[in-house]
Order: sequence, then structure tokens, then C-alpha cells
Amino acid sequence: MTPRPGLVMEVDGSTPPLLFWNGEGFRLERLPEGTRVVYAPEPLAPLADPIAAIRHALEHPVGDMEPLSALLRPGMRLTICFDDVSLPLPPMRSPDVRQLVIEQVLELAAEAGVDDVVLIAALALHRRMTEPELRHALGDRIYDAFAPHGLLTQHDAEDPEGLVHLGRTEQGEDVEINRRAAESDLVVYVNITLVTMDGGHKSIATGLASYRSLRHHHNPHTMRHSRSFMDAPASELHSSNWRMGRLIAESGIRVFQIETTLNTDTFPAQFGFLQRREWEWTLRDRATYAATAAALDRMPARLARQIFHAIRAPQAMLSVQAGEVEAVHERAIASVWRQQGVAVEGQTDVLTMGLPYICPYNVNSIMNPILVACLGLGYFFNLYRGKPLVREGGVLILRHPTRPEFHPGHHPSYIDFYEQVLTQTTDPIEMHKVYEESFATDPWYVHLYRTGHAYHGVHPFYMWYWCAHALEHLGRVIVLGGNPSAVRRMGFSPASTLQDALEMATDVVGPSPTITHLHAPPLLMADVS
Amino acid sequence: MKALVFERNVARFLAARAVSRLGSGRAAGIGPLRLADVEPPELPGEGWVHVRPLLSGICGSDLATIDGQSSRYFEELVSFPFVPGHEVVGTLEGPARSAMGSSLEAGTRVVLEPVLACAARGIDPPCSACAQGNTGACERVAFGHLRPGLQTGYCADVGGGWSTAGIAAHSSQLHAVPDHLSDNDAVTVEPLACAIHAVMSAGLREDDLVGIVGAGTLGLATVAAISTLSADGYIPAPRATLVGGRYAHQRHFAEELGATAVFPEDQLARAIRRHCGSKVIGGPSLRGSVGSRLSSGADIVFDCVGSAGSIEASLAMTRPRGRLVLVGMPGRVHLDLAPLWHREIALVGSYAYGIEPGGRHAFDLAFEVAARCRAGRLVSATYPIDRFEEAIAHAGAAGRRGAIKITFDLRGAPNRQGGRQ
Repeated sequence: MTPRPGLVMEVDGSTPPLLFWNGEGFRLERLPEGTRVVYAPEPLAPLADPIAAIRHALEHPVGDMEPLSALLRPGMRLTICFDDVSLPLPPMRSPDVRQLVIEQVLELAAEAGVDDVVLIAALALHRRMTEPELRHALGDRIYDAFAPHGLLTQHDAEDPEGLVHLGRTEQGEDVEINRRAAESDLVVYVNITLVTMDGGHKSIATGLASYRSLRHHHNPHTMRHSRSFMDAPASELHSSNWRMGRLIAESGIRVFQIETTLNTDTFPAQFGFLQRREWEWTLRDRATYAATAAALDRMPARLARQIFHAIRAPQAMLSVQAGEVEAVHERAIASVWRQQGVAVEGQTDVLTMGLPYICPYNVNSIMNPILVACLGLGYFFNLYRGKPLVREGGVLILRHPTRPEFHPGHHPSYIDFYEQVLTQTTDPIEMHKVYEESFATDPWYVHLYRTGHAYHGVHPFYMWYWCAHALEHLGRVIVLGGNPSAVRRMGFSPASTLQDALEMATDVVGPSPTITHLHAPPLLMADVS
Repeated sequence: MKALVFERNVARFLAARAVSRLGSGRAAGIGPLRLADVEPPELPGEGWVHVRPLLSGICGSDLATIDGQSSRYFEELVSFPFVPGHEVVGTLEGPARSAMGSSLEAGTRVVLEPVLACAARGIDPPCSACAQGNTGACERVAFGHLRPGLQTGYCADVGGGWSTAGIAAHSSQLHAVPDHLSDNDAVTVEPLACAIHAVMSAGLREDDLVGIVGAGTLGLATVAAISTLSADGYIPAPRATLVGGRYAHQRHFAEELGATAVFPEDQLARAIRRHCGSKVIGGPSLRGSVGSRLSSGADIVFDCVGSAGSIEASLAMTRPRGRLVLVGMPGRVHLDLAPLWHREIALVGSYAYGIEPGGRHAFDLAFEVAARCRAGRLVSATYPIDRFEEAIAHAGAAGRRGAIKITFDLRGAPNRQGGRQ
């Protein structure tokens, strides 16, 4: 059966209660009649033979680029960089697409007699991956061949010896990236373009950069002028990365970009109801939902977290393209739009959404309040092209428990950000001016980032900056079912029921507002006219 | 006339000790404290005068005594039965000289400096500490013509502040209250003087990083002392004064009184770490949580709680060769002193007051601090003496109940002539 496209459905008297994600759980909510609900397209059919598709892409590159086999020669320095644990979401079933692609690249390298090969996890200021995470992304064969010899590395944005300053863009932006990559004869970047924000020049200009370089685009000004950062032509974040990427190319670094896209087959069979529209739920779906929701409500949050983070998505490769960065990226983005795009007519006064248990920065970890804000106001709010789904001055209603819990090993500076910065200000510009540098240069955070599995000290600031556009745009943010003190700490309003939240929203947008519900995940991109 | 009298009664003491485990202040009704009809205390001799309490505070050390939790160290330094209450503002019932040597008329409002040192005990020549004005360090608090008692409020001969019968006060204990101070301001002067002494003898240097553990009365008094005395040039200005307080209202007051930044108590170590750029020994890993010890830390930490937990936490956030000042009264605690030894931390107690470095008396300075900080706002509730159980329960749960200082209000009590004040 042909997968159905995305859908904007209007709630009427016969519409059943609709599913809202609620962290490690769900709720069914009855939305007012007339509410629009935006559903994601159904998963497209994946590539039938991904290995063949990869080999074809490597030998038939797009843009101004020779086939990979022609670029490989004995004695050369080859560096293969790959996206880190933040992609894809949820982690996909083995084999991960990175493994599939890198195995083919390595096979070609071996055939060409290349023996100086290093792998780099392009994690920018994210936490270092653990061995199980690396094994999952790359497969045991690659891990065992490279890691014991020190040839599987993770980018270290704080290693002065491991970085090289390539120069400044015409706008004065420092471009400082990983030395091994910069000094290689060829850099192969293996990317997963899960959403339209990913990939392109951002892969290297961000993934292999230092704080000195990243601060030029990861700041409140840039994020306020990225409308949205899911739409590269309208995104200052991407403009900056593109300037940097072009400088990287001009400095003689040869990049062979490989971008993969995935379909949105996000949840395994036992959570099949999450992929279906509520009025099409079978008796089995209803029973599974009821049993799952009840069990999740009763179990400790920690156990529920473990269950969800064990999910391995059945999503599969939708496309693979290789070659010159910009040409590759253009095709990858088109593929993502084909899978995720939904046309939506006009904006809404009130946008509702349920936030799931995972975002790019809490894989195998805890979704702390700052990440909740980032997922809602950063990622989901920005899942648009054209205009935001919600009008300027409108209200965003998020559903998430928003517990003030943090993973001390992964997010140490988040704890201090929550206690020491958010207690003083929620204004991204103010915190950028007053606090950012002290967090970014804090020697303990640097130590934990370099030697442990901690996000860089500045990372919580970046998460808050990702909310900057939404914070400026919205009249109010209401968190439904959230811990009231955590919600208030972030400058939002807590509500205990959807009806309360909608009533609170009318204080801002007036009576009888238009309401739109973003029914995600599975992921979608709203093309708002 | 009524007074709360604390008697030596082992059975009641043990009952109080058991009940107080359920919460401080809950044992007032069953412990050795009882409301009794009393006569005013005899004046022990020349230089003594009766003081009629107006307000009398309930202090942490009073609560520890009532709860049966105070250290046995004090057993030989008190005499039974005694009337508690050493944070006292009252009026003179006769003319007297003040501790500073000025003449005071009957009816003058005074704050009591409760230490019963050599002068009050009729010991002449005084001990070397008293000779230098350091009455808090008096070496004779169990000697002289008074029975043992380190302070008014712990001595059987002089009465105490929790009484309508008045206190026998020696001129060395009297400080006239400036007219511009309210009774509420004045009743905070004694704890302010304690904090001032702690701060002025801490060896604070320019640009030091200061941590304050606890934001009850003593913690807040310490914040007020640091901010006011440094602004007036009595002490060098610290780089930052970071305060950890358990309750939101405590943190609010700390901020208002001049703390650089305030935090929930369990976040103070993290805040100090950030300010001093320290690392954490045994820091976070995927398996563990945040380590308990900073590699560096604050230059000076004032522990204004005095529990084993607070001392241990304070040790963990004091830098090597830093100073940890115990402002809150500790009892018998079980502590690992390895960090103290290894990091060469100076652990010092801070009790009472006297002539402070610079030559001014702590009470003199405390009047200034009380006025500048409007310290009377720390008085959260007052109770008549016959509602002592409620008052003490309130004081024992002050933090939880949104309060700071609880006092007895004795202003409506009949005076010795039968009138009302």
C-alpha cells in the first residue's frame, strides 16, 4: 500500500481523544472542536538494497567531485568523520547507517591501499560516546579494528594541539577545526540528515569545531535570526556555517560528503499505535495503549526511562547521496522533505504539542528541564518552513512532566545553569553577556568534557539560545503537567489540565482562539503558507 | 510573675531528647522546661540592676538545650534551675552604668550582653582575656560569686529573658539601645554581635571568596555583618559572599542583606566551585554522582548550622589552607577529619564577642548593623510567655514555616509595681 502523505485534520464531534506524548509516557486529550491536528506522513518505503545504493553513491558522486575510489591512493591520510550519538532519534536498529556507509568506504580504501585511516566522532561540544554507543554506531568489526589502535577518536574541541585555526570568514568568524581532519588528504563525512537542520557544511563547520569557532553562530543573535533553523535559506545559523564551510574548502581541505536520510518508521511493533492515527486504532492498539500507559504511570520514572531508551527504531535508509557538500545536501534535504513535509495553511493562535522522552542531547540520559525547553521551543517550534505554525504573540502549550532531574555525569553544567543562571535571568542575551564565558572556560567542565562523558560547559546556554526565536515570538509558554517550580524557573506557566492551559491561553490570545496540535513524533516538517 | 524554668530532671531530659528526634522544638511540653511562678532574682551585689525584658529571642542553642541535644560539655558551665533567654532587649528598673561606662537612667532601653565574665562574677583582677575586653573568652565563667553559667540564661543566680520577673544584670552587660532602633531591631543585636565577632576574627582578606552555610538567624546575621562592615571599611571586601539556605525565604533575606548570590543549600558547593574555578575530587562519572569535595574552594566558610552534616559539607568546600569558622553551636558530632588534616584547613570556633579588632565593641557595631540592615524584619513572630510550647515549636520549625527569628513578647506583662509596660 502506498504510504499516505501528511494530513491536517480538523477535530469534530466524532474525533476520539488524541495522543499527546508526555515524556516517558502518554496522555489522551480531547481537543476542542475545530482544532487542527497536523499528522506526519506515513513512512516511505526504504531503499531495497542499501549497500548497493551506498556503493552507487560513492562511485557516482554529485556536484564537482570525483568518485571516491578515484580519490583514494596509497600513502594518503584519510579521515572518516561521522555524526555522534545525537543522531538518529531514537537510536536505530543495528546495523546503523553509519556502519553500513563506513564499511563500504573502508572497503574502497583497503582496495586502494590506503592504510593511514582515522575515524573521528564529530561531536562538537557534545559528550563523548561510550564504547557501547560507538559499537552500536559503527559495528563491532570497525570498532575492534580501529579503537584498540587509537585510530577511532572523538573530536576534542578543547585540545589546543588537536585544533587548527584556518582563518576568518569575510564576516570575521573564526574557523577552527580538528587538526587531523584539516591535515588529511581527504575527509569523508558520514552524515545522518534526520531533520532538515542537519548536514551540509554544518557537519564539519560545527561537528569538528572548537568553542572559539562555534560561538559565532551558536548565540542568541544568530538563533533569533534563524527562521527557522530547519530551513537553511532562512537560517542565519546555516549562513554562518556555509561561510565557514566554504572557507574550509578554500583552505584546501577536500571533503567527500555522504548524507543519508531515513524514513520515519520510528517505533517498534509493540509501540505501533504511536505510528497510527487515533481513529484508525485497532482494538489491539487501544488495549496496548491502555496497558502501556497504565504501566508507565505506575512505574518509577527511572524504570520508564530505561524502557524507552532501550527502544531501537526500525527506521531504514531512504536515500544516500555522496560527493560535493552543497550538492549532496540539497538532495538530502529534498529527501527529508519528501518524507516529512506537510502543507499547512495559515498560522494558529495556540499551538499544542506533547514532548517525548528523547531529544538529541539525552540519548541514554535524562531529559532535564533545559532540554525540555530546547525540544519544545527549539526543535518542535522550529519544525516549519515559511512561517511558524503559531502566530507572533501566540501561545505554545507543551505537555511534559519537566522534572528538575539531571544526569550529573552527562549534564554537570546544566545543573549549575539551572541553579545559578536561570534563577537570575531567562533572557538569552543577558545570560550570553554575563554568564556564558565563565561556563565555557570553566576548567572543571572542560576536564569533564575531555575526560568523562559530559557535555561542554557552555552547552546549556546553547540549548537556551535555541529557544531564543520562540521566546521572542511567543506571547506565553504553558507547560501542561510539568513540575510547577521547574516550569516557573524557566519563565513559563504551569497548568495541570489541557482545559486550564487553553483557558490561560485565552488571556493572551483572546477568546475562541484557533488551535493547532502538532502530532509528533514521528517527525514532520510543516510547510506553512 | 511567670518565668520558664529549666530544671535538672533526667527523666524529662531523656523524654525531650527522644521526642525531639521527631523535630526540633516539639519537646517543650514534656521536657525539663516549665512555666512557673517566680520572684525576681536577687541582685548579687553592687553594680547590678534589674532589667525588665521587652522581647527575648529563642536561639538555636536554647532549642538544643530544650531538645536535650546540647553537648555535655556545658554541664559544668551551667547551674540549675535556670531561666533561659539571652537575646534580650529590656528596660532598666533602676539607674546603672553601661558596659561602656556611661550613666543610664531607670527606664532606659538596653540590650543585654549575656556573657557572665569576670566583672559580673566579682573577680578582680580579671582573667587575661577579660582584661583585654575579650569577655567571650573569659576563663572564669564557672567561678566567682555567681554559680556557674557561661551566660545569663544558663545561670541559676541571675534569671533569664524568658521571664516577666526580670533579670539581674551587671553593668558590664548593659548596652543602651539607640532611640532610632525598634525593639525588634534591638532583639537581633546579640546574634548580630556573634556574627560580627565571627566575621571580624576570621582573618578575611581583600578578594576572598566567602561561603556561608545556613541562612537562619546566624547565617543571615553573618551576611549582614560582612556586607555592612566591608562597606564601612571595618573589614576588607570579599570577592563574593555565597550563601546556601534551605528555604526560599531565607535565600530572599540573604540576598536582601547583601549576599552576592544565594543558592539552595545543596547547591552551595557547586556555586563555590564555579566561583573559584575548582575541580571536584571524585567528580561525576557515568556511574557516580557529583563528588563530595572540591579540589580548591572558598577561602573562608562560615558554618552557621553546626551539625555534623554542615561541618562536613563546609570542610568539603573550603580550600586547602582555608578557614572554616563554626558560628552555629555544634554538639557532639562524628566527623572524618582527614580532609582537615590533608588540606591544612583551620577549623575555628566563634563564640560570643568582645572588643573586636580595630578596638570597637561587637555590640557597638551590632547596633550600627541592625540599623543599616533593618534587622528587626528578621523577627517573624512573637508569642506571650504562656504560649511557650507554640513559640518553641514555631522556632524549631522556623525554616519550614517561613520564619527566621521567634521571640517572646513580654511587653504586656505586669511590672513589679503591678502596672503594665
